[in-house]
Amino acid sequence: MSQFRIPGKGRVDHAETVRFAFDGREFTGLRGDTVASALLAHGVHLMGRSFKYHRPRGPVTADSAEPNALIGTSRGPGRFEPNTRATVQELREGLMCESQNRLGSLSFDLGAVNDALHPLFPAGFYYKTFMWPRSFWDKLYEPVIRRAAGLGRAPSEVDPDRYASRYLHTDLLVVGAGPSGLMAALEAARAGARVTLVDENPEMGGALRSDPGIEIAGQPAWDWLDGALAELESLGVRLMNRTTAIGYYHQNMVGLCEKLTDHLDTIPENAPRERMWRVRATRVVLAQGALEKPLVFHGNDRPGVMLAGAAQTYLHRYGVKVGDRAVIVTSHDSAYHAAFDLAEAGTKIVAIVDTRATPEEDLRAEARARGIEVLTGHTVTDTKGRLRVASVTVNPVEGGRIGAARLLHCDCLLMSGGWTPSLHLFSHTKGSLQWDEESRTFLPGRMTEDCHIAGAGRGLWGYGEALADGAKAGAEAATALGKKAGATPLAVAHDRPGTGESHKELPTNRKSSRVRAFIDFQNDVTAKDIRLAVREGMRSIEHVKRYTTNGMATDQGKMSNINGLMIAADAVGKAPPEVGLTTFRPPYTPTTFGAFAGYHKGATFEVTRRTPIDAWAEANGAVFEPVSLWRRAWYFPQGGEDMEAAVARECLATRASVGIFDASTLGKIEVAGPDAVEFMNRMYTNPWTKLAPGRCRYGVLLGEDGYIRDDGVIGRLGSDLFHVTTTTGGAARVLNMMEDYLQTEWPDLDVWLTSTTEQWATVALNGPKAREVLVGLVEGCDISAEAFPHMSVAECRVAGFPARLFRLSFTGELGFEINVPARHGLALWEALMQAGEPHGITAYGTETMHVLRTEKGFIIVGQDTDGTVTPEDAGLGWAIGKAKPDFVGKRSLARPDLVAPGRKQLVGLLTEDGAVKLEEGAQIVLDPGQPKPMKMVGHVTSSYHSATLGRSIAMALIEGGRDREGETVHVPMPEGVVRAKITSTAFYDPDGDRLKL
Amino acid sequence: MLLIHCPYCDETLPELEFAYAGEAHVIRPEDPSAMSDEEWRDFLFIRTNARGPHFERWRHVHGCARFFNAVRDTVSDRFLLTYKAGEPRPDLASLEAAQ
Repeated sequence: MSQFRIPGKGRVDHAETVRFAFDGREFTGLRGDTVASALLAHGVHLMGRSFKYHRPRGPVTADSAEPNALIGTSRGPGRFEPNTRATVQELREGLMCESQNRLGSLSFDLGAVNDALHPLFPAGFYYKTFMWPRSFWDKLYEPVIRRAAGLGRAPSEVDPDRYASRYLHTDLLVVGAGPSGLMAALEAARAGARVTLVDENPEMGGALRSDPGIEIAGQPAWDWLDGALAELESLGVRLMNRTTAIGYYHQNMVGLCEKLTDHLDTIPENAPRERMWRVRATRVVLAQGALEKPLVFHGNDRPGVMLAGAAQTYLHRYGVKVGDRAVIVTSHDSAYHAAFDLAEAGTKIVAIVDTRATPEEDLRAEARARGIEVLTGHTVTDTKGRLRVASVTVNPVEGGRIGAARLLHCDCLLMSGGWTPSLHLFSHTKGSLQWDEESRTFLPGRMTEDCHIAGAGRGLWGYGEALADGAKAGAEAATALGKKAGATPLAVAHDRPGTGESHKELPTNRKSSRVRAFIDFQNDVTAKDIRLAVREGMRSIEHVKRYTTNGMATDQGKMSNINGLMIAADAVGKAPPEVGLTTFRPPYTPTTFGAFAGYHKGATFEVTRRTPIDAWAEANGAVFEPVSLWRRAWYFPQGGEDMEAAVARECLATRASVGIFDASTLGKIEVAGPDAVEFMNRMYTNPWTKLAPGRCRYGVLLGEDGYIRDDGVIGRLGSDLFHVTTTTGGAARVLNMMEDYLQTEWPDLDVWLTSTTEQWATVALNGPKAREVLVGLVEGCDISAEAFPHMSVAECRVAGFPARLFRLSFTGELGFEINVPARHGLALWEALMQAGEPHGITAYGTETMHVLRTEKGFIIVGQDTDGTVTPEDAGLGWAIGKAKPDFVGKRSLARPDLVAPGRKQLVGLLTEDGAVKLEEGAQIVLDPGQPKPMKMVGHVTSSYHSATLGRSIAMALIEGGRDREGETVHVPMPEGVVRAKITSTAFYDPDGDRLKL
Repeated sequence: MLLIHCPYCDETLPELEFAYAGEAHVIRPEDPSAMSDEEWRDFLFIRTNARGPHFERWRHVHGCARFFNAVRDTVSDRFLLTYKAGEPRPDLASLEAAQ
């Protein structure tokens, strides 16, 4: 049995020991322990080092607000988690954990040199110190800061755990299963509401678990709890322990993070580690209780200095005494009860040091009866002890004067500065906070959501009040839900309501430069830092926070906010409510990225769209690339080819004979109805009235601002029916834009729009042999050059399937695009492959498609255009129906800046050395000798090696580019300046003879 | 996540089903070619950027796919009203009084 464990006491199982290791040293604890309680049972208080000064630190709390005792936990590769609070990590068999933020060992930390040098690290030292010389930044300051910054060590392996995600709808969500929350849940459930009760702890009961001496309705507290929990279960209340409400969002949506396996010795197969719940509750009761405040005095951060309430929790929940000789320093009644409970457990209470002159007489009498000395009207001016507190210096304060010092020897110092309502979730809703002068705390003010706040969360201390207030909140919530509810009164005996005073720093007689009184333990922010920040001009509390880093640690100011505010308000010379609190933001406690990601990782990170021909591509060794959400065959390497070789082979085969390409991802929209042609005239730049059924045309779509948004070939299948194709990535956007105009600007037009992208499989056949491959498979259409010229469309049958057959070309070769119902896509592909075999038909991917279209100067919207390119800029002025009275974007084409000379225009670029390929995105200058920063006149948009032309080719957007044809421009690159000549974009077959086959 | 009432479906549904579509009651001119450069600039680019109630468009894109109008307070993110496209701009004063 460990020295500080009290046999039989607490909620832990004294019959079951659990082994674990801390910094490589083996320990045993009990089932139900946290890492902190198990280490404290062995007398270990030193659990970490502080962030800035590397000061030795032990736990100050017994809960999720812990700023000091942060550890890294591990259960095998990828399962390392930094910054876990030792105070909430439950023991499991074989748990490996380590302390953080130390250079060397925890007891001898080289980083502690920072502590000796603390005058060099005042508030804002980052901003002041690393300013000069400028050249030191890259090599010295930044690497040093990066190494020192951050808490814990980020895991480097992939997390093998699963994280789940669920939605929940409930009548009432109760956050916090302490006395108020339990009563709220009980009353609402009794009235017939569907209730969900969540609590971050393994066991429900809240503060009652640390106060078993209370009697409720004639029963000891824990017996009453058992009954209440059993009743909740029988009423069908969803009870969720180890579940933290991390954020409160609009319209009563609350995010919950449920921890499922971190406490288990072994993880059940496929069990998720955590589950994120998105709860939509009709009503919410916040019963989060209150957080105890530390006192601010010199040396308040030594291991062994702890909140009095935490000591009480360790005693009653875990059966652990936090020390043998305790000094209590308090400004609140509640610490007296901790002292009495510890005294009963055998801890010697050296003294209760009360900052108040006249504490409650009942408490003083009870202390006297127990033989405990009470020092009223005293302050603490010093503590001593290197790795653990060993003594406390206390002094009487009279009329503002500090009296003679007295040294008290101890091994722990338990402090209480009173309690702060935990209003984090309430603040997420933008509910206002109201300053209560009497209790010197913020209380909930105006609500913005359908919620209730009960118990200590609204400043009610004492179990009687908390239980009654919870019952009232539950009844109110039930009534709001349309149920009949009443609040049953409960008798409470041995209650401990208590009052207290609120301080800024405790008075001291030390020289102010020699006072190190910590406010934010984790970030090493002292009272002096806050005052310095105010002196240096920070007036807003938000500025003070950022300048000092107060409240920015993983505890997000749970310990430090109110103390920081008190001191800042004092320094600014304003009342605390005028200074105000910084904004609390979600999550309430640190939450893993895994919980947020849920199922969205790996193969299920996002949707992968596959074409009907995808399986063939995969079976034939395609390398894929993502194009918007689609995965598309990029190229088809054969016999160990690299990409360059495969693409060269695919290109040459297509130009020489015939290539086959899966174009199913092209967006397709059917525009139908009596007013279809009028609608097309208004949407696209081109004229459509005279396009005969059976013909198709390249269409350009602009935004109302005149810039190119999309393009594609559009076939007219009948007087009232158009088959519109869009870019792969633009399909949804184009349909949205069409719907917008149709629904809201031209609701009088009789037109229907239907997305048919996934209804049609599209196969492109290109090359001089394309017709020979296709002709035997086509029924019901004469596809001869005379009967079916370039830019024709027909409905017929191909390979026995109903088809929409286009004659068009995105390669410059004789080309067809065959659309068949998606379910026949693969069969069509295979039929074409078979028919093409005698001609050496070659499947090609998107890379070859890009090379072939660039050789012809065909643009890709989004690659050669960027949302600031007009049709004229792109060389597509011919596609504008100038005689049309209006179309989307027409008026903008006459905007002064769109007709001004010197706009960037799309041109061809040929490097002087054809073996050199330009980088896409590379900037272009006219004179490489000019001083920096150079005037950049454009950039490369498309650049490929053309096997057909035996050299590199590129397209670029260049200011006044078309007028510069023939001029040489320069592309400065890290390896040197590349010279290139401006040309036309038609690199291959400029007269289009090959289309006429 | 907001809950939004679709005036066509007459259902209050999660924001995930909807897409924002810019300011409402910006009407495309009957004859854009008759507009001066300044008038056209204002139509294209100048928006209210309200702090408080804002008239805006939403689309029930993963539902009935209809565009509709809404009044949302940009400070509280609360919807004061949603109504069908083409319906007149509601009177703000009476809306706020009703809240």
